[in-house]
Amino acid sequence: MRQFFVFVRKEFYHIFRDRRTLLILFGMPVVQIILFGFAITNEIKGARIAVLDQSRDYYSTRLTGRLTASGYFAVDQYLQNNHELEAAFRAGQIKMAIVIPGNFGENFFHHRSAPVQLLADAGDPNTATTLLNYATAIIGNYQQELNDQMKLPLRINATVTMLYNPAQKSVFMFVPGVMTLILLLVSAMMTSITITREKELGTMEILLVSPLPPFMIIFGKVMPYILLAFINALVILAMGTGIFGMPVKGSLVLLLAECVLFVLTALSLGILISTVTSTQQTAMMASMMGLMMPTVLLSGFIFPVESMPRPLALLTNIMPAKWFIIILKDIMLKGAGLKDVWLPTLVLAGMTLFFLGISIRNFKIRLS
Amino acid sequence: MNPIITRSLTKKFGSFIATNAITFEVMPGEIFGFLGANGAGKTTAMRMLCGLLKPSGGEAFVAGYDVYTQTEKVKKNIGYMSQRFSLYEDLTVKENIRFYGGIYGLRSGQIKEKTSKLLQQLQMEKEGDQLVSSLPLGWKQKLAFSVAVLHDPSIVFLDEPTGGVDPVTRRQFWDMIYAAADRGVTVFVTTHYMDEAEYCNRVSIMVDGRIEALDTPAALKTMYHTSTMDGVFLQLARGK
Repeated sequence: MRQFFVFVRKEFYHIFRDRRTLLILFGMPVVQIILFGFAITNEIKGARIAVLDQSRDYYSTRLTGRLTASGYFAVDQYLQNNHELEAAFRAGQIKMAIVIPGNFGENFFHHRSAPVQLLADAGDPNTATTLLNYATAIIGNYQQELNDQMKLPLRINATVTMLYNPAQKSVFMFVPGVMTLILLLVSAMMTSITITREKELGTMEILLVSPLPPFMIIFGKVMPYILLAFINALVILAMGTGIFGMPVKGSLVLLLAECVLFVLTALSLGILISTVTSTQQTAMMASMMGLMMPTVLLSGFIFPVESMPRPLALLTNIMPAKWFIIILKDIMLKGAGLKDVWLPTLVLAGMTLFFLGISIRNFKIRLS
Repeated sequence: MNPIITRSLTKKFGSFIATNAITFEVMPGEIFGFLGANGAGKTTAMRMLCGLLKPSGGEAFVAGYDVYTQTEKVKKNIGYMSQRFSLYEDLTVKENIRFYGGIYGLRSGQIKEKTSKLLQQLQMEKEGDQLVSSLPLGWKQKLAFSVAVLHDPSIVFLDEPTGGVDPVTRRQFWDMIYAAADRGVTVFVTTHYMDEAEYCNRVSIMVDGRIEALDTPAALKTMYHTSTMDGVFLQLARGK
């Protein structure tokens, strides 16, 4: 046990002497959360629009008022004629334009139909779609409100409620994602690098010749990273809840326990990588290309699994990150307990054992 | 019982025989040179003796322990220094000593005592708290050797310990090896430098997995009618 303590202390010397890595370890989660939380957002706020209102009656003015009152849109300019539309888009100032033809109110009440044209800058298709959806919804509401006054007998009213994330904040998506990414990075990449470093320097041989049992060498090497990763998880959680108002509806203890489980999964992956690589460079490349990239693309963090082609969607099941994100969201947003997240928990635990098993086998092959 | 005994020790990797039934014994306090061209099977043999590799056949006892079944005991009783430099560059001299002492199970009191004695011997008292990376290569090499014998092993394995070191430091390094041998430590050393082979009590020369010659340097030179170990080595390595 004393030998183990000596070993872990040495690991901490390595970590604390390497300032640059330390900065990356603790600076990265903060920077990423802030970036994802504030800068990279798919929410629309105050998108600039142009209004070409050719009727200028009471009803059309109120329609424009409705759009701006929602907070999603801000009128950048009022246009006088069709020719100005093109120029306004070209100037790049506006994302959307609304064209209201003449006699809007009169058409609506007497002819039962009043066309309105929405033009969006589809150079950025995602934003354009979102803007059009918002605008259509607002116009729809307005129409119903006007209809109410006329007392039409039959109609279907869809009442929409967004569960678990009523404000549709994208940060609720990013906090679990970033947490997953950081834990994976710290645990898998850092451990694979630190173990291959000993191989590269030749000190691994010295350690293996020493009376330290091999599992103690590996465990001693990953131990500090369990701690660091856990601290990172706490920092991300604190920032997510403190700054971005991310809720933790479920049990905090369960949440932290799941974090530890995922850290162990990632560590076992790191150990696995270190058994098949012999230099820090390849270990880093393997972690980056083999873990980080697929995680970002296939975990459902950025691209929803539901919209992937079937083979790819199936492939996401082998991503530990996918299961961890499910667990995180269920516990934080839905207040799920262990009986709700037992399946992904089991999957993660199974993966951990699987990776460790292969690592041990690889290790034995190398020895004999 | 002699510190190192092997009988028909063999290691196969698939169909390739890296070490082919080698048999030899090393006496207590002897400096035993283990020579051979690259790929002759030196490293494989040494790794088996250190408990890093399981032999495919034959017998071997190191410090009286069986390398098949008592690897833990073997490891406790040997010191090891490899051709690649084996201290941590980002740790200070004292931290390195404390670490290696610690993993061999020495107590803090013992380590402190040994550290000050060791630094005094190496005349490195002032450098004790410096990072190893700031030391010249020769010093690091001497320090690495001292660390390898810190836990007073009865046998020390040196795998090309003087690679890339200047002649003066090499000479000093060998003085340390002699001093250790005088204390009764058995030294098992591989080297590429033929002048170093002359410093050994006995040398063995491996060719293609077999030990082709094993005797004192003087006897080998007489046997092969040459005045240098270089001559002996070349005749063996070429003369197939």
